[in-house]
This record gives sequence, structure tokens and C-alpha cells, in this order.
Amino acid sequence: MKQPEQSSTTAHEQSAHASPSPRDGAAAPWIDPPRTLLLAAIAGLSFGFLLQKGGVAKFDILIGALLLEDFTVAKVMASAIVVGMIGVLLLRRLGRLNLHIKPAVLGRNIAGGLLFGVGFGTLAYCPGTDAAAIGQGNLDAITGIVGMLCGSHLYALTSHTPPLAIFDRGRLGKVRLTDATGWPEWLATAAVAAILVAALIAIEILD
Amino acid sequence: MKRIATTLVALSAVGLVAAPAVAAAIVRDLPSDYPYPTGAWSPYLAGALIGVLALLALALANRPVGASSAYADAPGLLSRAIAPRWTLSLPYYKDEPPKVSWTLVLVCATVLGALLAAWSGGELNGAYLQDLWIARFGQDSHAWRTAAALAGGIIMAYGARLAGGCTSGHGISGTLQLAVSSWVALICFFIGGVMTAMLIYRL
Repeated sequence: MKQPEQSSTTAHEQSAHASPSPRDGAAAPWIDPPRTLLLAAIAGLSFGFLLQKGGVAKFDILIGALLLEDFTVAKVMASAIVVGMIGVLLLRRLGRLNLHIKPAVLGRNIAGGLLFGVGFGTLAYCPGTDAAAIGQGNLDAITGIVGMLCGSHLYALTSHTPPLAIFDRGRLGKVRLTDATGWPEWLATAAVAAILVAALIAIEILD
Repeated sequence: MKRIATTLVALSAVGLVAAPAVAAAIVRDLPSDYPYPTGAWSPYLAGALIGVLALLALALANRPVGASSAYADAPGLLSRAIAPRWTLSLPYYKDEPPKVSWTLVLVCATVLGALLAAWSGGELNGAYLQDLWIARFGQDSHAWRTAAALAGGIIMAYGARLAGGCTSGHGISGTLQLAVSSWVALICFFIGGVMTAMLIYRL
């Protein structure tokens, strides 16, 4: 059982390293490897299924979360984070997981995050739940897709323009909460898990 | 640098504990008692399974579960097909060459997965205007909803690219890896979202 798993992980890491660097321009591939795409299809099917069953593809539940009246979204997200965090801790101990940390540029994370929130509050679906909402038959989510395609391309057209440079502050690199606090990974994981579980208990008691 | 980060982490922790308590206090003061629907499954079960899914994606596919970059890959592919040299000269598309990517396929499959879930649970919808929107803006607000969905989509996607991800890529996959960028972004998503939704639905 263990050996095939191990060899597939190594083969995968090799293929990840073998992919040409972004700087290759025209040589950049048009498509990800078939194995990756097959796993993407399986992951997407599961993701959409779980989002819909969890209720977070529903317009009312998403707006309810932003109006601080319905806590379904908080429950789904906090559960996912707690389970995933503990899993990351364990799988890393076994050496079975590569981290994919997005570099922190605090100016961009904050400005982009707030802008995202404004759009989220206006559209009511976020990029993942919009896709799930379409599958569920919420026709307004299709209009949302059109907006998102335009907005993303607009970013590609403008990302290098000078006004955006003002957000290039607070470049910390690929830092984790462990780097920021100096705590060992188990302690940071336990601390975040405790905060999230406490928040969920508070929601259950107060709501 | 480290001090800034530590302060941010501490503030986030305080915010995470305070937010639900403050939220619950505010809820009681709001006049409306809107009957929110629920999901077919327990949100804790669905959430825990989404956590397992994000973990398996990292372990087996060596990729994080995300969504927003798919909406850049799609127009990027079109642009690359028409004007490849120019498209790949744009800094964003140079760093993230548009392709039929892991995330693009994942998002397409998400539509199917949700269709399957809604169909199996008898929850297929088919409406353009949703209940809470109608309660606020009435039955004849199709033009307004179209404008809001378009504008919201544009602003949200632009913000996602600026922040480096969305509620999936940052909010779930990033936070569960304890990424500082993801925790900062997730908190800002909700600050912006709460303020906007309050303005639209509660003013």
C-alpha cells in the first residue's frame, strides 16, 4: 500500500519541477498534465457537491453571513480550516506534503482583500460558490461569471500600471504564522484551532 | 517586519474571538427576522469534508484548491489564442501563463458537482432573482440585479487578483497552511463584505 503511494508522489514532484519556468513565455504549456486535470475534475466535483450540500451556494445564506445574521458560512469555513490545519501538521510530519504558501505583500493582501469584499457583498457569491450556485440553478450567478471574467482580464491589463505600485508595501515573502510568531508548528496550529473552536462554540451559544 | 507580523497575528486572533460575540449582539438589535434557509447537510460535516478535500489536493495533486485564477485563465486563453506574443508580454499573464489549468478544470467541475448535489437533494433552483434580493428590491428588479452582479463580479475578481486569491485559495487552502497572506486577506474579505452588505441590505 505504501510503496505505490510514495512513487506516485515522487513522480509528481518531478513533473512539477520539470514544468518550464514562467519566463519561458511562448514555450509555456497550454495545458496541465492529464493526471493533474483528472484529479482537478474529481476535486471540483467533490468541492461543488460539498458546497451545495453545506448550503453555501445559496444567495440568502451568503448574504446572511455578511449581514452577520446567518453563521453557516463561518461554520463551514472554520471546520474546513481546523481539519485541514491538523491534517497539514500530521502529513508534514510524515513528509507527504509540499506547502503552497502565497507570498505576503500586506498592501496588496489588504487592499485587494477589501476590494474583494466590496464585490462579494454586491454579487453575493464568491468565485467558488458562484460556480456552485450556477450548478444549483441560480441564474444570476451566470451574470456574476461574466463580471468576474471581465474583472480578471482587466487586472491582467492594468497590473503593471503605476497606481497599483502603492500597494506593494509590506513584502514579507512566503511567511507562515509560525514565522511571524516564532512558535513551533504544533503550537500555532493548536492556538488557531482553539480560537476557531471557541468562536464556533460562542456562535452556537449566542445564536 | 517581525513585529508588524506579530501585531497583525495578535489583532487577528482578538478579532476572530470578538467578531462572533459582537455579531450576535448586533443580530438582536436588527429589526428583521429573516427566515434563512439551511443546507441539506450539517455545515460542520460539509466543512470538515472540504478540509479533507483541500488536504488531499495538496497531498495527491500537489496543488491547492482555489477558484479565482480560473476566471483569469479563461479570458487569458482566448487572448493568448488571438495575440499570443502580446498576451504573454502582460506581466500577470507572463507570471501565470493562461492554460487549461488545474484550477480552471476544478471550477468547471464544481458546477457539475453542485448540480449533482442540488438534483439529488431536490434543491434545483432556476430563479434569476433570489428570495432575500426580492425581499429587499422587489420582483421587478432584474436590471438592478444584473448591474449588481456584473459590477460585483468585476470588483471582486479584480480584488482577488490584487490580493492573490479568493475565499477558496486564500480563505481555505491558504489559512489551513497558516499563511500570513491568507489570514490577512480572509479577514479583509469579510470586513469589506460585511460593510458592503450592510450598506446594500440594511441602510
